Amino acid sequence: MNAPAFANYVGQSIPRANARRLLQGRGTYTDDLRVARLVHVVFFRSPHAHARIVKLDLAQARAMPGVIAAIDGVTLAKFCKPWVAVLGHLKGIKSPTQHAIAIDRACWQGEAVAAIVAQTRAQAEDALEKIECEWQPLPAVTDMEASLAGTQVIHPEFSDNICFSRELATDGVDAAFAKADLVVEETYDFGRHTGVTLEGRALLADYNAAENTLTVHQSTQAPHMMQDIFSRHLDIPEGNVRVIARDVGGSFGIKVHVYADEMATAALAVMLRRPVKFIADRLESFLTDIHAREHKIKLRMACTKAGEILAFDLDDLTGIGPYSVYPRTSGIEGNQVVNLTGGPYKHQQYRAKLNVVFTNKNLTCQYRAVGHPIAVAITEAIVDLAANKLGLDPAEFRKRNLVPDDAYPYTSAPGMKMEKLSHQQCMDKLLILMNYSVLRTEQIELRKRGVYRGIGIAAMIEVTNPSPAFYGVGGARISSQDGATLRLEPTGMVTCLVSVTEQGQGTEAIFAQIAADAVGVSVDRVRVITGDTGITPYGGGTWASRGAGIGGEAVLQSGKVLRANILDVAGVILQASREMLDVRDNHVIDVRTGNVKLSLTELGRIAYFRPDTLPLDFQSELMVTRHYTPRGYGFAFTNGIQASLIEVDIDTGFVKLLKHWCVEDCGTVINPQLVDEQIRGGIVQGIGGAMTEHCLYSGDGQLQNGTLADYLVPMAAEMPDMIIDHVITPTKTSELGAKGAGEAGTAGAPGAIMNAINDALLPFNARVTAQPFTPERILGALGKI
Amino acid sequence: MDTIIETTLTINGESVTRRIPVRQNLVDFLREEIGLTGTHIGCEHGVCGACTVRVDGKIVRGCLMLAVQADGRNVETIEGLSDSGEIADLQDAFHKRNALQCGFCTPGMLLTVQDLALQNPQATREQIREHISGNYCRCTGYQAIVDAVETTLIARNSKA
Ligand code: FES
Ligand code: FES
Repeated sequence: MNAPAFANYVGQSIPRANARRLLQGRGTYTDDLRVARLVHVVFFRSPHAHARIVKLDLAQARAMPGVIAAIDGVTLAKFCKPWVAVLGHLKGIKSPTQHAIAIDRACWQGEAVAAIVAQTRAQAEDALEKIECEWQPLPAVTDMEASLAGTQVIHPEFSDNICFSRELATDGVDAAFAKADLVVEETYDFGRHTGVTLEGRALLADYNAAENTLTVHQSTQAPHMMQDIFSRHLDIPEGNVRVIARDVGGSFGIKVHVYADEMATAALAVMLRRPVKFIADRLESFLTDIHAREHKIKLRMACTKAGEILAFDLDDLTGIGPYSVYPRTSGIEGNQVVNLTGGPYKHQQYRAKLNVVFTNKNLTCQYRAVGHPIAVAITEAIVDLAANKLGLDPAEFRKRNLVPDDAYPYTSAPGMKMEKLSHQQCMDKLLILMNYSVLRTEQIELRKRGVYRGIGIAAMIEVTNPSPAFYGVGGARISSQDGATLRLEPTGMVTCLVSVTEQGQGTEAIFAQIAADAVGVSVDRVRVITGDTGITPYGGGTWASRGAGIGGEAVLQSGKVLRANILDVAGVILQASREMLDVRDNHVIDVRTGNVKLSLTELGRIAYFRPDTLPLDFQSELMVTRHYTPRGYGFAFTNGIQASLIEVDIDTGFVKLLKHWCVEDCGTVINPQLVDEQIRGGIVQGIGGAMTEHCLYSGDGQLQNGTLADYLVPMAAEMPDMIIDHVITPTKTSELGAKGAGEAGTAGAPGAIMNAINDALLPFNARVTAQPFTPERILGALGKI
Repeated sequence: MDTIIETTLTINGESVTRRIPVRQNLVDFLREEIGLTGTHIGCEHGVCGACTVRVDGKIVRGCLMLAVQADGRNVETIEGLSDSGEIADLQDAFHKRNALQCGFCTPGMLLTVQDLALQNPQATREQIREHISGNYCRCTGYQAIVDAVETTLIARNSKA
C-alpha cells in the first residue's frame, strides 16, 4: 500500500474555514452576545472642542425610566486609574494625564464627560437628553501651525503644544544640496481620515464581584495588551482578567488602542457589579475612533543632471488632538514618516525634522499602514517632479535610484536595517504586467483627442514583523512575541491555539495550513482558536503586519515538535525506531516503504485511553507550545511597487480610476488568494484616503461631516479592478520566511494615485499636492475655479 | 412613554406576534427581540447596507423601516436564506473567492446581490458594481465580491 502524498498546504489558496459561519450570518460579533442582567452604557459627549465644565447636573437623567446609574468623571476615577501615553524611546514625548471620563474640562468635540447606564440603550439615550451641563467655552487650537507657534497653549501644565519632536541628519546634507544640479521642493498636505470599520467599537464587560474577576468581550486586535491594561487600571489581578475577541468586524488599527469610553465601560461593570455593554454608533465613531494622517510636509530633494538622487530634506508637522493615545502613543506615525521617507532609494544623505503637536480635535494614532502612505506619497511625488524637470521617464528615473537587489543587507540613510529587498525585480515585473510602454503610447494618442490619462508609480518599503524595538523597548507592555499551542486530540485532530487574532485577514486559515504541514495532518483536521486570553498563549495580537510572520512561525515550530512527539509515541507503540517513521496525511508511515503503520486516530486512542499498554517509563506529550520573537532586525522590511491608471475629466475635475497594479514581496506566501485580497482591500483603503475621505473640522473644532452620508468612503461602483503579483524573497530570520502583507496596499496606493493624477495634469502644468484629491482641488489646480 | 403596538409578521417562514414599541426599527427588533443577529448595524442612517433584509420579496434597509411597519408582511433574513438553501451557490462562490474578510457586510451584501440575480441574471460587472454600490465593505476592495457574483450568475445561467 502506498502512502498518501504529503499535502503541501503552505502556498495554496485554500478557502478559509471560518468564513462559512460569517456567510450564513452565524458569526458572533460582540454585539451578538446575549448575557443575563446586561445593562447598556451611553456617553454624554462634549459639544465643544475645548470647554470648561461649569456645572454638570445628572439628577434628572438619573430619575429617568430604566436608568441605573449616571456617572461623572470624578466618581468613575475611583474605579479607573488615569494614564499618560508616552514611550521611553521617543525621547522627550509628553502628554497630559487622561481619565476614562473627562474631569472639569473637555478637550475635543466628542470627549465623554458623563455616562448613563440603563436597562436598554433606548432608555439610556432618552436620559442623555436630561443631562444639564453648563459649559464655559475655551479657545480651541485647531490649526497645526498655530499650535506649533504656541500662542495659545492647550494644557496648563505645559509651556507649549509640542507632544514630540525629532531631528535627524546625516553628515553631508548641506554639501549634497550645494553640489546638486537640481533641487526640487514641494509642500504636501494630508487630510485627517479614519478607519470606518463597518462594525463599530464594541465592548461588553462582565464583573464577578464574588471572584473579583473581569471578563471583557471586546472587538479588539490585542487581547493580551488589553488584559494587562484592564488589570493595572482597574486594579484587578492580571490572572483574574480575561479578554475575549470573537468575530471582529474590521479593525485596521482602529481597535488596537485604549479608548477612554471603553475603559469607562469596564470600570462601570466593576462599579455596578454586572455586565455592561458599550457599542459605538456611527456618529460617535466619527467623533472618537482614532483619526490619522493629518500632516503638512515640506520636502526637498537634491539630484544630479544624470538623474542620481543625492539627498532628501524633510520637515513634517502633524497634529494629533489633545492627548497622545495610550499605550502606543501618537508619536509613532510621524516617527515612521521620518524613518521611511526616501526609503526605496540609495541616496546617502538625509535630514528630517518632525513636530507632533496637540490640537483640539479628535485624537489621532496608528491606523493601517501608519506613516507609510505619507512617506511613500511624498517621496514618490517629489521623485516624479524631479523626473519631469530632468526630462526623464518616471520609471527610468526610479530604476537609476532604487537600492539594487544585490546591495543587501543594506542600511538606509535614516539608519533602517534591511535584510533583503527586491525593488529591481518588482519594478521589472510591474512594467511588464501593466504593459507600461504601450500605456505611455496610448496616453500620448489619447491626449491628442482631449482625453487626459495619467500613469502613476509608487515604490515603497514597509515595516512588518516588528521586534521589541517597536514598543517594548519604550516601556510599553505590548508583546512582540507570539505563541502557539498545538494539541493532538484523541481522534487524531489537531487543535491549534494562537495568540494572534483574526479580524478577517484569514489568520486562522493560514495557521491551519502551517499546522497541517508541520504535523502531517490534512487541513480539515486542524481547528484553530484565537482571541481569548483565558486559553491561548500570551502574545501581541494583530497589528503592524505581524500575524503571519510571527504567529505563523510559532505555529510551525510548535507543529514540528508535536510531530516529533507523535513519532515518539508511535515508536513505542510499534516498537520501531522513530527515525524510520514519519507522519503523513493523518497516518504514521514507514519512511522507507511509505507504508501506513498506524493512523493518528489509533495512536490518539492508545495515548489517551490505553496508556496502560505503553512502557512504564514512557509518558506521551501530545500538547506542545512554542513561541517566536523576531530579533535579528528591528523589522522585517518588505518592499513593493504600485501603479495606477486614471483619467481626469478636466471640465469637472472628476477622476476615473481605470486600473491598479501592485507587485510586492512579502516573502513566503502562505495562501496566495488571502494575500492578494489583503492587498486589494488595502489598496482601496488607500484610495479612499487619497480621493475622498476627510474628517473636515471647522476653525472652532467642530467635525463637519461625521456621518456616513457626508464622509465619503470608497464604494463598489468607483473602484477599479486591481492586478496583484509577487516577488518572493523569504526572510531568513525565520524558518517560515513570511513577512507581512496586510498594510502594503494602503501604504502605496495614495502615492500611485497622486502621481497618476499629476501625470494626467502635466499638459496643463498643474499639480495637486493636498489629499484628498477632490474634484474641487483638481479644478483649482487647473485654474478653473 | 413609548406607544406599543401588537404586531404580527412572518419571519423566515414563522409567524411571530410581539408587542413592539413604535419607535423600534426593524433591524433592532430582529436582533434584540427575535435573536436573529445575522443582520448587522453599520450606520443606522441608511447608507451602509449592513442591515439589508427582504420584506415581501424586496430588499429594504432594516434601519430605515420601523418594526411595526412589518405588520402582516413577510420578512426574510440571512438566516432564512441560508437555511432554505436559496443562496447556497452564492455563499459557496463568496467562500471560494474569499469575497469576505471580516464578514460584517456579508449578510447585507448577499441579500443585495441575490436581489440583482433575481432581477437581472445577465448583469455585467459594471451592473454588479452599480447594484452593490449602496453596500459598504471596508475590507475587500469589492473586486472579489464582483468576481464571486459574476461566477454565480454565469453558473446559474448555464443551468437555466
Ligand atoms: S445600518 Fe442600515 S444602512 Fe447602515
Ligand atoms: S468583509 Fe469586512 S466590511 Fe466587508
